[in-house]
Amino acid sequence: MTAPLLRLTGVGKSYGAVSALTGVDLEVGAGEITCVLGDNGAGKSTLIKIIAGVHEHDEGVVELGGEAIRLTSPRQAIDRGVATVYQDLAIAPLMPVWANFFLGHELLKGRGPFRRMDIARMREITGAELAAMGIEGVDVERPIGGLSGGQRQCVAIARAVHFGAKVLILDEPTAALGVKQAGVVLRHILAARARGLGVVFITHNPHHAHSVGDRFLILQRGRSLGCFPKAEIALEDLTRRMAGGVELDELAHELANRGAPAARMAGA
Amino acid sequence: MDSRVALKSPLTRRMATPETGALAGVVLVYLFFFAVAPPFRDLSSLSTVLYVSSIYGIPALAVALLMIGGEFDLSSGVAVVSSALLASMISYELTANVWVGVGLSLAAALGMGALNGYLVIRTGIPSFLVTLGSFFMLGGLNLAGTRLITGSVATPSISDMDGFASAQALFASSFEVAGVSLRVTVLWWLLFAALATWALRRAPFGNWIFAVGGAPLSARAVGVPVRRVKIGLFMTVGFAAWFVGMHQLFAFDTVQSGEGVGKEFYYIIAAVVGGCLLTGGQGSAVGAVLGALIFGMTTQGIVYAGWNPDWFKFFVGALLLGVILLNAGVRRWQEARA
Repeated sequence: MTAPLLRLTGVGKSYGAVSALTGVDLEVGAGEITCVLGDNGAGKSTLIKIIAGVHEHDEGVVELGGEAIRLTSPRQAIDRGVATVYQDLAIAPLMPVWANFFLGHELLKGRGPFRRMDIARMREITGAELAAMGIEGVDVERPIGGLSGGQRQCVAIARAVHFGAKVLILDEPTAALGVKQAGVVLRHILAARARGLGVVFITHNPHHAHSVGDRFLILQRGRSLGCFPKAEIALEDLTRRMAGGVELDELAHELANRGAPAARMAGA
Repeated sequence: MDSRVALKSPLTRRMATPETGALAGVVLVYLFFFAVAPPFRDLSSLSTVLYVSSIYGIPALAVALLMIGGEFDLSSGVAVVSSALLASMISYELTANVWVGVGLSLAAALGMGALNGYLVIRTGIPSFLVTLGSFFMLGGLNLAGTRLITGSVATPSISDMDGFASAQALFASSFEVAGVSLRVTVLWWLLFAALATWALRRAPFGNWIFAVGGAPLSARAVGVPVRRVKIGLFMTVGFAAWFVGMHQLFAFDTVQSGEGVGKEFYYIIAAVVGGCLLTGGQGSAVGAVLGALIFGMTTQGIVYAGWNPDWFKFFVGALLLGVILLNAGVRRWQEARA
């Protein structure tokens, strides 16, 4: 068996005295979607930042294609085929769609002092790549800030695919979207998987996760509650664990106990 | 989707450029002084207007690039005088050739820009505050250093030194066009404007400037070297300040150490009037040229109209407000139709 595209073993990260993440295992292979679920503050963002090269991990091992590495900058991660689509979309809203698509990877033409951006080709490729992902009718000359949230996500995913990403990290791509738009984005995630990418899909919506995911990592307060293949976990179970199901049970129990004396007082 | 895109006519697209307000301002200010100040109509007056505009315009171009990149430089006005003082005093005290001073002063100006940029990047403190500090420090250094070395508030004349003639030809000469004398700084201004436009519109670096100004975290996330871009922009401002400093040195052959204070605001205003967003991410070199032109016309127009120059600042302030309101109106109008 070949090594998975991305594997994390016992990875942890502390900010000063605060431990944001400890002992997280995660794996994603080519043509697979691994979902990372967790409530606010569960450590999802920290996990992304480690994989994307924004922060270095201080415990455990990060392997890309079987090779243990330390990522020290986003550029390094990108060069190794790890593309991240952030919640805030990593776009410059006032810049045209094509300029955002090629930002940091501008195509050049000419030579010497006359080397310049090949704007016509960048426009053309942007249009073609968007069409290939099923996004039609976007004027690539428009400022990207004028596009809908779903369209922006799709542009960002198309960009990652175009630039040869092997692993695609999606940070809550459906969080701010309506039902229909979320559906469109989920379809693009499946399209990326069909093209052989490994996808890490971060979300706090178990319905979105369960409909596309192959594997589920659940985080709670910086700790892993386990990584489950789809066959081993049902949607209800996922929802319950993800919502801190055990804690909810405890809370219900506590409320029931407290409710009893209150009822007695009311009766007295 | 398609139908909404199609609504945008070529005219609307043209209106959508950030220079719209500045262009309207140039036309209005020109017509205004054309009407009230008869000497303003002469061709030779136009030459003077262009000269004054170029002295504001060269630093304004660099400041515009910096502002598109999301940063400020309040030290640019005194940096002009620092460069001139340094070049003059190094030349006078240490060597016999002015080019040595010119070269070392350039290195110092670039170094100062790099230091400003480095402090902003490294500390994360807003550039407004960092350069407010360097503004006061440079201003004090100009006065104290000059007093220490020359024992006076001005540098001695360097007009009889080796290399003065060639340096003057480069930075401060004049030439005739159609019977009108034009200062060489006007040519430099237009050349720098062309270079800045090329950089913004055609070079990848320009794409990065818009990105680091509009969305620095996003830019870093997709691999744009944000630090290098920002430090480069501060150094560009250093270069522009040095260039105008060299012009002043070789135009007047001595430098007053207390000058330059307050000029940084004129550069910023020219850039803002030209359509630069205060928050970064939008603007143009052409806009900064138009902004500086409005400035040049206003300073000279007031003189030609025979008014008290004390009114200058009032006019500049009113102009700034007027053009900003106009730009905001244009933007809202575009958004309503977009």
